[in-house]
Amino acid sequence: MSPELATLITRAQELNDDFELTAVRSWKEAVPGRKAIGHMPIDVPRELIHAAGMLPVGIVGAGERLEIIRGDAYFQSYICHIPRSTIELALSHRLDVLDGMLFPSICDVIRNLSGMWTMLFPERYVRYIDLPQNFESRTGGVYWRRELETLREDFGRLSGRSIDDADLRHSIAVYNENRSTIRELYRSRSRQPWVYPTSEVYVLLRAGNLLPPEDHTALLREYLRLAPLETDRRDRDHSRVVLVGTFCEQPPLGLLITLERAGCWVVDDDLLLGLRWITGDISCSGDPLQALVEAFLTQSAETAARYLPDGQHGRALVESVRRNRAEGVIFCAPSFCDPALLEQPMLITRLDCEGIPHTQFKYSEDTGQFAVIREQAGTFSDSIRLWSEA
Amino acid sequence: MSLQKQMIAGHYSALSRAPQEGRKVVYTFVPGNLTELLRSFDLLPVLPEINALQSGMRKLSADYIAEAEKHGHSEDVCTYVKCDIGMLKKGNIGPTGERLPPPDLLLLSYTGCFTFMKWFELLRQEYDCPVAMLHVPYQWEGRILPHHVEYIVQQLRTEVIPKLEQASGRRYDEDRLREMLQLSAQAEDDLVWVLESAKHVPSPIDAYFGGVYYIGPMFTAFRGTEEGVVYYRVLREEVESRLREGLGPLTPEGSQEKERYRLVMEGPPNWTSFREFWKMFYDEGAVIVASSYTKVGGLYDGGFRHDPQRPLETLAEYCLGCYTNLGLPTRTALLERYIREYRADGFMINSIKSCNSFSVGQLLMLRQLEQRTGVPGGFIESDLVDPRYFSAANIKNRIESYLQMLDQKRAGVTA
Repeated sequence: MSPELATLITRAQELNDDFELTAVRSWKEAVPGRKAIGHMPIDVPRELIHAAGMLPVGIVGAGERLEIIRGDAYFQSYICHIPRSTIELALSHRLDVLDGMLFPSICDVIRNLSGMWTMLFPERYVRYIDLPQNFESRTGGVYWRRELETLREDFGRLSGRSIDDADLRHSIAVYNENRSTIRELYRSRSRQPWVYPTSEVYVLLRAGNLLPPEDHTALLREYLRLAPLETDRRDRDHSRVVLVGTFCEQPPLGLLITLERAGCWVVDDDLLLGLRWITGDISCSGDPLQALVEAFLTQSAETAARYLPDGQHGRALVESVRRNRAEGVIFCAPSFCDPALLEQPMLITRLDCEGIPHTQFKYSEDTGQFAVIREQAGTFSDSIRLWSEA
Repeated sequence: MSLQKQMIAGHYSALSRAPQEGRKVVYTFVPGNLTELLRSFDLLPVLPEINALQSGMRKLSADYIAEAEKHGHSEDVCTYVKCDIGMLKKGNIGPTGERLPPPDLLLLSYTGCFTFMKWFELLRQEYDCPVAMLHVPYQWEGRILPHHVEYIVQQLRTEVIPKLEQASGRRYDEDRLREMLQLSAQAEDDLVWVLESAKHVPSPIDAYFGGVYYIGPMFTAFRGTEEGVVYYRVLREEVESRLREGLGPLTPEGSQEKERYRLVMEGPPNWTSFREFWKMFYDEGAVIVASSYTKVGGLYDGGFRHDPQRPLETLAEYCLGCYTNLGLPTRTALLERYIREYRADGFMINSIKSCNSFSVGQLLMLRQLEQRTGVPGGFIESDLVDPRYFSAANIKNRIESYLQMLDQKRAGVTA
């Protein structure tokens, strides 16, 4: 690996491991008065935070590297891991640098976590964001606009700078570029997964939780420039798979490395889906708030956390399999994840109808042993190759 | 209790005859149910949570859950959902042994529980029938905002009512709805009187184990009906008579004679061992004087009544105010009020494995309630309808230890 690429990936990895949020502290200290707003997965209107001159900070738990001391005392054994490590981060003052925290409506765990935050940190700005599940402009759209207006006022008050339309249009353009670059990265990986391995793509993508979007876009562009220059990256006899179920609690990096070592090229996934929740560009002309509303109603990613009015579960997954020439699907959901696990039977039904092979296992963000997963993924990959040859 | 059982059995019987009689049925959920609206179209409601809990009480749920898990449903998720899916896969024979009709419409009243959404998406795949989605915003701040009411009313007008018209073949009749809402309000007055009778010391009712019988008609199919009004009038008269005679709560083994402990309960009951669970309390002289579970289908003791003058707005406010649609701080404040107003000696949390809507945050609630009231809390774990998660010996042991602790606390105060 070239020193330039190694440096880039190391920088991104350091951001991934930055539980103390030192990058956020540095950003705030660079200009007195700056504020940062944390948010849980999945979608929050980051454009509004950015337009107020604040830094959106994605909080996705703490992975396998943080020892949970106090977090477990707040959650029963049958609740997923992400709220434990998030509470641990907060109680250990690692999140004190955040001037507010947003909890979007992904499931009942994150929903109730918003209430816990209010009770534990009554002096802080906390908001639960109930994303509309009605996608009609005059119904869900009107509701969502009112919610966004409230957020616009709140962020203006918190930052001491009211958000005008020009600010918001600029921020929309910044995030359009960021999402567009992520889409380019995903297309590149799909074409040549050996050039852009998921274990790298993920680390680069996750850096977007802490970096300002402009810096994150620059980081991704640099990676897109450097990765193809690596001359020793060659295709192998791997199977091409789509990874599903990882949109909230994140798998440990070791799990992604294990999948690749087991013979799977991940050609599409739903890792950190919030960074690319809106699937196309948002309009930068006209009323920018309405543009955010329309984008949510018409361009939201299809995932387990949102309602599908036409009931076509699995349609987007099958399209992804076809578009990315995938040979199979790996359902990889966190233990006790209601959205992912309740959705899974519906997706499997669709895949079975289409004759698409699949396998499934569960993880926790602190899973440390991958032997069983390696065996299962390896067997899955082998069986795909055997079927393909038949 | 017997009148309530007759009513519920009668409803299941009506459901089994519905296809022959040409009646249409709508599946929907208890929190945020729109029974009056459905009844105004002459539609019959089917409540899958009620089917599941009834299956649990009749020891049918274990087989249904196993069937669902055999079809790929995870062991980690809600057992109500798996019980329902398993029942469907085994022929949709309801808890009373009669076949339940397939839905003509799934009314997804998405209120206070994320799982509801996935549950009806799963049923939609099985039944291939229309779905009306009603998204009820979560009251994380504990106050109803005007644009939340407007959002719900708009969904009622543009999504729910047109689909009910289509399913029933009838036009929306607002006058009929108003009449039903008036009946609801009458019944609600009597229900609140009954629940609040537990403020008397000793209490004439058990507001959790007995409470589930009291809320049955209100939370299922009888809101907005004459039968419902009669049931709650009879219930109130019965409880008034118990008060006059100084009788304690009615249990499966007769009147509870001693009231040694007054407790507030958070969380749903376990249904697979409901009687055994209840007996663990009444054998020790513990009476549940207030509970949060009896508020999942409406928080009437908070002052809410269906208002016939504002039919759609009142339905919206009803949905918004259901217990599991309230933020954790509001839920905690409500329990604190119950502990104080009902002069409770303690409170207990029955934490349900498969219900994140209830369970997440309960350990923090426990700490904060103890701090605020000085009253000790107890914590037990079980499940809704999966018998694998009801460990009778462990639960009994915990309850007894907790009650001994209350005794010691009392003795300490006396000394």
